[in-house]
Amino acid sequence: MTTQAADAASSTKIVARDVSVFYGAKKAIDAVSIDIDQDHVTAFIGPSGCGKSTFLRSFNRMNDTIPNARVEGSITLDGKDIYSSDMDVVQLRARVGMVFQKPNPFPKSIFENVAYGPRIHGLASGRAELEEVVEKSLRRAGLWEEVKDRLNESGTALSGGQQQRLCIARAIAVDPEVILMDEPASALDPIATARIEELIHELRGRYAIVIVTHNMQQAARVSQRTAFFHLGHLVEYGDTRAIFTNPKQERTKDYITGRYG
Amino acid sequence: MPAPAAHTVKAFDEDVRQLRAIIAEMGGLAEQGLAEALRALRHRDAEAAMRVVENDNRIDLLELEVENAVVQLIALRAPLADDLREAVAALKIASVVERIGDYAKNIAKRVPALERGGDIEPLSLLPEMGRIAGEMVHLVLDAFAARDPDKAVEVCQRDKAVDDFYNSIFRTLLTHMMENPHTITQAAHLLFVAKNIERIGDHATNVAEMVYYAATGERMSERPRGGDAGSPPR
Ligand SMILES: Nc1ncnc2c1ncn2[C@@H]1O[C@H](COP(=O)(O)OP(=O)(O)OP(=O)(O)O)[C@@H](O)[C@H]1O
Ligand SMILES: [Mg+2]
Repeated sequence: MTTQAADAASSTKIVARDVSVFYGAKKAIDAVSIDIDQDHVTAFIGPSGCGKSTFLRSFNRMNDTIPNARVEGSITLDGKDIYSSDMDVVQLRARVGMVFQKPNPFPKSIFENVAYGPRIHGLASGRAELEEVVEKSLRRAGLWEEVKDRLNESGTALSGGQQQRLCIARAIAVDPEVILMDEPASALDPIATARIEELIHELRGRYAIVIVTHNMQQAARVSQRTAFFHLGHLVEYGDTRAIFTNPKQERTKDYITGRYG
Repeated sequence: MPAPAAHTVKAFDEDVRQLRAIIAEMGGLAEQGLAEALRALRHRDAEAAMRVVENDNRIDLLELEVENAVVQLIALRAPLADDLREAVAALKIASVVERIGDYAKNIAKRVPALERGGDIEPLSLLPEMGRIAGEMVHLVLDAFAARDPDKAVEVCQRDKAVDDFYNSIFRTLLTHMMENPHTITQAAHLLFVAKNIERIGDHATNVAEMVYYAATGERMSERPRGGDAGSPPR
């Protein structure tokens, strides 16, 4: 198993080594090592329960919020150990943002949803600057045109696809370095899904992006690197085109061709 | 190479099975067309030759069926990995087999023109050359049916023999034409027949390369000569 799917040219953003994640005594992720590229979108695929979300959450210590979850091994962001005692977790989660399967806007205005992060992280001084950040984030998330005249309406009043883009805008607003997306389009219709995929395409390069998806075509479309997980193990990691046209591992092939189980 | 495990969605396997069945039928018809064209040529049997020409329509229809089946498979099943390679290979193989059928038809069409005129020597080499090309077609379809890359390699190795026959027949016919100008028409027809058979060999080789790719994901030209074929290349 190789941990690197990268050609030498791309720089590595996150390095995970021998990472295991436990829920109580149960091992959900078993000694996984992987390098996540700065300039590429990385897709995590694998059958339900194989540990994709668990592993993703270890990249910004979201597992800390789950009682009896425990992470072993090392994960570094730009070479710095994110589990070291002097790591500011709030700061880490601003640098490594997350977008979830179900859009989860705060029950506040569209504006406040996006402004919240920059405000608590002190990324904008004064109303004018805050408005600037909100507009820029909504633009990047491809939502500005649709909401610019209704910024004071509740975020929860938007459609599912719009809510998901709002959540992406919210993640972008704090100027993160990495965006983790856990099945961001699974609750959306094909058009809204296409918009999210297009957005991922546009965001690529600006942020390191890791996306979990159950949609093989989606993984093939949006990512350049694909990692296949099975029963807590990283089975295969490589160039997305190679994984979907000529996977090396039998288990990968069986899964992506629908011969699993 | 063992048949891949069944898909969770059973209808997927059924689609693939049907696709393979159509290709097998096409291949059988093309192979038979070639054999009968050569028999008609040897026996100067214009009627049998006509039947080869007529039967070629069936191959053309089957090619359309393959095209429809592959388009459906891609639209409905979104195949990936070996399934995807196989669907693409099936599409290309069908068009190549259709060409092979055309070459057999072309050979058959020359039979009436060759009815008159005595035997000239290269006529005795053509059946053997045709037999090898026919075997290549047969073998490559077996390779496709069995997803057998080794058999595909074997097909390619036989193409050399067909090429050698062609070169030898070409030289002989040329000599004939120069020495007995009254045989020029007949010799020219035979030259085209030989060329058609040579092309059939080339096309069988193309199919073999597709079968190899579909089965292994690697190009035959890049295949490792011994050593570890299975380990990932990095
Ligand atoms: N909070 C938790 N407490 C205990 N066990 C958990 C918890 N979350 C996940 N697990 C277990 O850990 C394993 C991995 O779960 P995880 O959610 O990471 O899988 P997944 O690959 O994201 O699955 P899915 O594709 O269904 O989202 C599963 O066996 C799951 O039951
Ligand atoms: Mg999950």
